Amino acid sequence: MSLTREEVEKVSLLARLRLSEAELDQMTRQLGTIVEYVELIAEVDTTGVEPMAHVADVANVFRDDEVRPSLPRDEALRGAPNHDDECYRVPAVMGD
Amino acid sequence: MSKPHEVIIGLEIHVQLATRSKLFCGCSTQFGAEPNTQTCPVCIGMPGTLPVMNRRAYELAVRTAAALDCEIAEFTKWDRKNYYYPDLPKAYQISQYDLPFSENGGLLVHDPKQQIEPRFIRLIRVHLEEDAGKSMHDEAAGRDDSRIDLNRAGTPLMEVVTQPDIRTPLEARLFLTELKLVLTYLGVSDCNMQEGSLRVDANINLHVDEGGETVATPIVEVKNLNSFRAVERALEYEAVRQLDVYEETGQRIGDVPKQTRGWDDAAGVSRAMRHKEESSDYRYFPDPDLVPVRITAEQIAAARAAVGERPAELRARLEREFGLGGYDSDVIVNGGRELVDYFLELAERAGDGKLASNWLQQDVMRALNDRAITIGEYPVSAAALAELLAKVKGGELDRNRGRDVLADMEAHGRGVEAAMASLGIESVDDDALVALCRELIAANPAIVADVQAGKAKAAGALIGQARQKNPNVNPGEVRRICLELIEAM
Amino acid sequence: MFIPHESATDLVALIHSGDLTAVEVTTALLERIERHDASLQAMLRVDNQAALAQAEAIDARRRRGEPLGSLAGVPVAVKDNMCTRGEATTCASRMLEPFVPPYDATVIGRLREAGAVVIGKTNLDEFAMGSTTENSAFGVTRNPWDPERVPGGSSGGSAASVAAGFAPLALGSDTGGSIRAPAALCGVTGMKPTYGRVSRYGLVAFASSLDQIGPFGRSAADVAVLLETIAGHDPADTTSVDVPVPRYSESVSRPLENLRIGWVKEHFGAGIGDDVAAAVREAIRTYESLGASVREVSLPHAKYSIAVYYVIAPCEASSNLARFDGVHYGMRTDEAVMRAELDDERARLEKAGDERGLADMDTAMVRLYRKTRAEGFGPEVKRRIMLGTYALSSGYYDAYYKRALQVRRLIREDYDRAFAEVDMIVGPVTPTTAFRLGERVDDPLSMYLFDLYTCGANLAGLPGISLPCGFDGQGLPIGLQLQAAPFEEEKLLRAAHMYQTATDWHTRRPELA
Repeated sequence: MSLTREEVEKVSLLARLRLSEAELDQMTRQLGTIVEYVELIAEVDTTGVEPMAHVADVANVFRDDEVRPSLPRDEALRGAPNHDDECYRVPAVMGD
Repeated sequence: MSKPHEVIIGLEIHVQLATRSKLFCGCSTQFGAEPNTQTCPVCIGMPGTLPVMNRRAYELAVRTAAALDCEIAEFTKWDRKNYYYPDLPKAYQISQYDLPFSENGGLLVHDPKQQIEPRFIRLIRVHLEEDAGKSMHDEAAGRDDSRIDLNRAGTPLMEVVTQPDIRTPLEARLFLTELKLVLTYLGVSDCNMQEGSLRVDANINLHVDEGGETVATPIVEVKNLNSFRAVERALEYEAVRQLDVYEETGQRIGDVPKQTRGWDDAAGVSRAMRHKEESSDYRYFPDPDLVPVRITAEQIAAARAAVGERPAELRARLEREFGLGGYDSDVIVNGGRELVDYFLELAERAGDGKLASNWLQQDVMRALNDRAITIGEYPVSAAALAELLAKVKGGELDRNRGRDVLADMEAHGRGVEAAMASLGIESVDDDALVALCRELIAANPAIVADVQAGKAKAAGALIGQARQKNPNVNPGEVRRICLELIEAM
Repeated sequence: MFIPHESATDLVALIHSGDLTAVEVTTALLERIERHDASLQAMLRVDNQAALAQAEAIDARRRRGEPLGSLAGVPVAVKDNMCTRGEATTCASRMLEPFVPPYDATVIGRLREAGAVVIGKTNLDEFAMGSTTENSAFGVTRNPWDPERVPGGSSGGSAASVAAGFAPLALGSDTGGSIRAPAALCGVTGMKPTYGRVSRYGLVAFASSLDQIGPFGRSAADVAVLLETIAGHDPADTTSVDVPVPRYSESVSRPLENLRIGWVKEHFGAGIGDDVAAAVREAIRTYESLGASVREVSLPHAKYSIAVYYVIAPCEASSNLARFDGVHYGMRTDEAVMRAELDDERARLEKAGDERGLADMDTAMVRLYRKTRAEGFGPEVKRRIMLGTYALSSGYYDAYYKRALQVRRLIREDYDRAFAEVDMIVGPVTPTTAFRLGERVDDPLSMYLFDLYTCGANLAGLPGISLPCGFDGQGLPIGLQLQAAPFEEEKLLRAAHMYQTATDWHTRRPELA
């Protein structure tokens, strides 16, 4: 199955990427080739095979409910591209 | 004349768990701190950081699931729910998708005012997830900005999802009231809606009867519900609005995408919220940074055993063991576990559940309310109040004098005897009492005649006069002696 | 003595004994970097003063008679996707150019405790996505053996810096071969440990279930010292496994007896270069001559590795890299320009009466995200984000991600069966030796196929080591890969050391211009 340009455009919004017309064309072509290749896995009989999300057989790792020092606010905000003395700033998101 | 229909309601409740630290890092969850003072590289989602699960949050969640009769999964995992929003710093929320830690519970909803029959509302699931931060629109002149505070980001939340079993807005409110009570009994959350510790979204649609065929209308999700009363009002409004829309458009479920509406409680209306279709493609997948949790059947059994008596069970016990009515048991149980414990001790010691219930509701709870204190802070112990009730029951004090004594005990933290002494209450000796009664009979021939004519109630007036002359007399004794003397005339 | 060619173990001994100071070592290497890195571009940032200050501190400790760590005074180059407190950590991406982490990665903390000198941060493919280090936003690293060729990737800067004598040791990260492949192409020794052996805390995630930090050195013995320093359980990484860390540095020189090695037919199929195949076969004969028994083992699902890998890795990456959105740290597109652009668009649509277009228009926030990410990421990163987003999107999960995880289990089970019969699987690292710069940049799939022999170990969570086993006709190094069962790093290191005792490929050094 190959991807359409419209699908790629839709995915670019989901991925919050803005692609130029030329990039969309190239991306459609390249993703198409790769997707076609990975569809090789469709031929494997996976009946009854448990998906393997973790390779290490580790479970139940917890920390105790203890408060540890937070970052000083100026240090937390220092690297933000747009901030005031208290908060990160972004274009208005109300109603988004 | 509108068409016959049924209202179908399901609720999603987010409850903040009562942990000291966040779900995946050590930042404090304390409410009300200055913006962005309770964050660290993990909850800011800085690159390379990794989450580590808070054991207490999982324990509280399991306790809740046990109390809500959920099946608890022996294996549970964490998934990422991917979406972009500036208050979600990793651009995914760690949540649970296809293997939540618990499913299929339920809660019995009853109405103390008995406007509805008790109903069992099934739960689809209870799962754990992390909260997002807060976006605040900046109203400052000329700025079209939002400000982001991440203090709340990563706070542990439990999401409770009901089946669409709820049939009326009233039922929705009663369900929430009972759920909140259960959660506060368990100590898993403070359920403070003002601080955002408990948040409710409602899904509602109608099943309209079209001459025997049931037609489902499109489902609407209602948000921005800031109190249980607002939930009820919003759902009442929505049910009417949806019927109007249906009658106008004939739209059925599936004809239009699911709509999200925000409730404006002041205006009493719901309004459509902006909603992009793509935003609901959350691309869930197992979070590779967090290992799964396994719990044994024994641990689950232990969690169930540790739940203790739930509010519904306590109500039933108060009714069964102390003969209380449904209304009274509800008031006491709704007052919280500490109040129930106070009642239990009081009723045991006083040997009279109804008397204990009356005093508790009419006197103790009023005092708590007036003084804005909890039962734990109430100065009169159950043992001391029980002594007072014994005197009232024995006729040594009447209700009003008893109240005076209680007020004194509350005010000065003294025992019953000391309070009575300070009020100058002492027993009147028998001879003095007989003399007083004779005096009253002589002075009130009309009353005597009424009593002799068979109106025993008329003797009440004599008791009133006796108390004016000596506030310490035992009204029961006065009555007994007066009746004896009149009889003997 | 030529300091840039000395081993880490020798340098530690000389510094401990006082025959050499840490400052002398660091100074010598800084000078070498100064002289040669302008053409190689292995290093993204070198802070001479900071490096010398660390070296001074070690020398001061020694003068005071305080105990010295196992890597006291030894310079280590670190791939720039591991967080260093107070110092830039860019992942070779415009996106993180302004990012300064307020924390150290756990491995950095362990290096510092051991007295190592972090001499600089090395170049990589942006966010470790690539096989050549050509995808760096800050310049292409060249192969020290032939500057017209790629060093491999994504840890190309680390591999090249060790090969060029900029540091005896380096840290890299390996998600599908990103340590082993550049080690092979640059003629050094590099290891990807078992998943969970080394903490990932502070490693900027590419694909969390596959990523693993590992050591580079010019010999197995040096790699053993560095692995011993960084390995072990970390409470901050719940996927790190609580298994004791053997003293690799002590056991590495003990030969293995009755070693059973396996080879895989699929490793010698279509696509493998003749020189590579010949060198690997010769290496197998060397092991036989050292007493090992050899047999063929089968990995029937190995042929699906690349397909599985290029589903799982991009899916995880699409989520891991979503946080780079211009809000909390890192770069952001020019907001004024972005707003003006939106205003123009709106005006144009209004004029045209295009209601649909107006309704579909990005909000300012969405456009901020999209432009920031469009400007901050390079083409390969975008490609993988797109691929992963697509594969996880509604309706495709079962066909791609879930199925890939199922085949992943089958791949792991193949390995489990093989390791019931043999101690190690011996094979090639890469199909060919280093190719020319630019040769494959326009053909992503052919680039991806370069991971054919390496990504299986990541999917299965196994350790693998890459060591030099010869040179091709053009004088380019060839790598040999040894893979073993989980937590058998010790076996791999001992086997690699046996080979390096019997051969001298690992002692060859490139001539730098």
